Amino acid sequence: MKLRWLAYYGPALVLAAALLAIWELAVSANLTLAQSLPSPAAIAQALADNWDVIYDNAIPTLTETVLGLLISTALGLALAVLLDFSVWTRRAVYPLLIVSQTIPIVALAPLMLIWFGFTIAPKIIVVMLYCFFPIAVATADGLASAEPDLLKLLKSMGASRWQILWLVRLPGALPAFFSGLRIAATYSVTGAIAGEFVGAEKGLGIYMVTSTYSKALPVVFATIAVTALLSLALFVLVNLIERLALPWYHASRAALTMGQRPLR
Amino acid sequence: MRQQKLLLQGVSKRFRQGRQELATLNAVDLEVERGEFVSLIGPSGCGKSTLFTIIAGLEQPDTGEVAIDGDARHQRTGKAGYMPQQPLLLPWRTVEENVMLGLDVLRVPRQKAQEQARELLKRFGLIEFAQHYPATLSGGMRQRVALLRTVLFNSQFLLLDEPFGALDALTRLACQMWLLDLWQEVGASVLFITHDVREAILLSDRIYVLSARPARVLRVVEVPLERPRGAEMLGDARAIALEQELVSLLIKEQPL
Repeated sequence: MKLRWLAYYGPALVLAAALLAIWELAVSANLTLAQSLPSPAAIAQALADNWDVIYDNAIPTLTETVLGLLISTALGLALAVLLDFSVWTRRAVYPLLIVSQTIPIVALAPLMLIWFGFTIAPKIIVVMLYCFFPIAVATADGLASAEPDLLKLLKSMGASRWQILWLVRLPGALPAFFSGLRIAATYSVTGAIAGEFVGAEKGLGIYMVTSTYSKALPVVFATIAVTALLSLALFVLVNLIERLALPWYHASRAALTMGQRPLR
Repeated sequence: MRQQKLLLQGVSKRFRQGRQELATLNAVDLEVERGEFVSLIGPSGCGKSTLFTIIAGLEQPDTGEVAIDGDARHQRTGKAGYMPQQPLLLPWRTVEENVMLGLDVLRVPRQKAQEQARELLKRFGLIEFAQHYPATLSGGMRQRVALLRTVLFNSQFLLLDEPFGALDALTRLACQMWLLDLWQEVGASVLFITHDVREAILLSDRIYVLSARPARVLRVVEVPLERPRGAEMLGDARAIALEQELVSLLIKEQPL
């Protein structure tokens, strides 16, 4: 088990360590100016020195992210069902969804500040703008990919439209939904940071901005590192939830890839 | 008056394909008595499956009448256990939960449905796989699970569309014998599609031979073999004669 884990994540760890080492060497050999690019060691030092402040600022960011992601999940699922409901709802809703993604979300953030002030609301909305789309589209694709013969079978049993959705199409769309959720989870922290950039009382985004103004570059980098770790943690969390929610999916994929013999 | 399980009179169906109208069924008459095992054989693509979707209530005939238990007027969905060619098991449900699917549609309480599914799995030798996911089962096992799902939904009238078509010869034979056991035990009326003449002879009381598209009934034959059947009966002189007769009839209809 441990060996397999190492074989799986080892290469990425080695590569990351190598890149960090090159970075460290380049800075200490004065290939770049230490003022504009701090070394990994300096960043780690800054992280340790400012841990309490960074932690304090990470909590609101994480709250915005998780709330935004949860609302996006509900909204994305509802939109997917709506897209799938009939040709007409699809024709009506789909173009608007696409248009919503052509809006430069970052440009919208200052407007939200005017509308909602320094509250949590504008940040959550920015997270949602980033996150609902991949969830809605992936789930809608999953719903649409239900096997036509299976739908026939359910109809022959006299199942209603909602029964078909509940018994067959939604469970079948769950793997696609989780793919969308994974993408959304990795975007979500970035969304919260973007929301905070234009103005917030607390949060990693605004902390980054003030640190940049005071030229505390190692602190900026330390904050970026924490942001990346948060995204990664959310990604891992979604994967974990998926494994718990879809035991069958991993069982059948394992049966396919490991060449496991079917019984009898 | 004795009432048939299924009675089709003059059933025709056309499909529109672009500008062309494609006649699929041409005045098909057919009946299945209670407890009878009837097979439909015909060349591939002759419209057998269309006939099934009509009987199952998924489509309506253009002309003609379909009566289940003498009732031609009400909706037919739910009145037959329809099993399409693919097993179509839900990969997220265990074997037991798959067998329960029809009862979920009928809104039978979970626990009662589970009891019935377990009992059926036990009776037909699949209980040890109750908690397995379909992905870990072999082809023959999946078909059997799909059959039990069909039976649990409606044990009175089964519409089986080439259930064993994709199986290898030995698995197929095992499944056929298993199906005969099942049929005798639950006392169902069965309408069975196949294009395998030997399969039809081994299983059926009567065989309808259909023509190439548009399908009409070419001949109806009684199978002159006793019950219970065994695979060795296919070597019986009457079975061989019947097989040859049907094959020579079908070969003329088979498009190249």
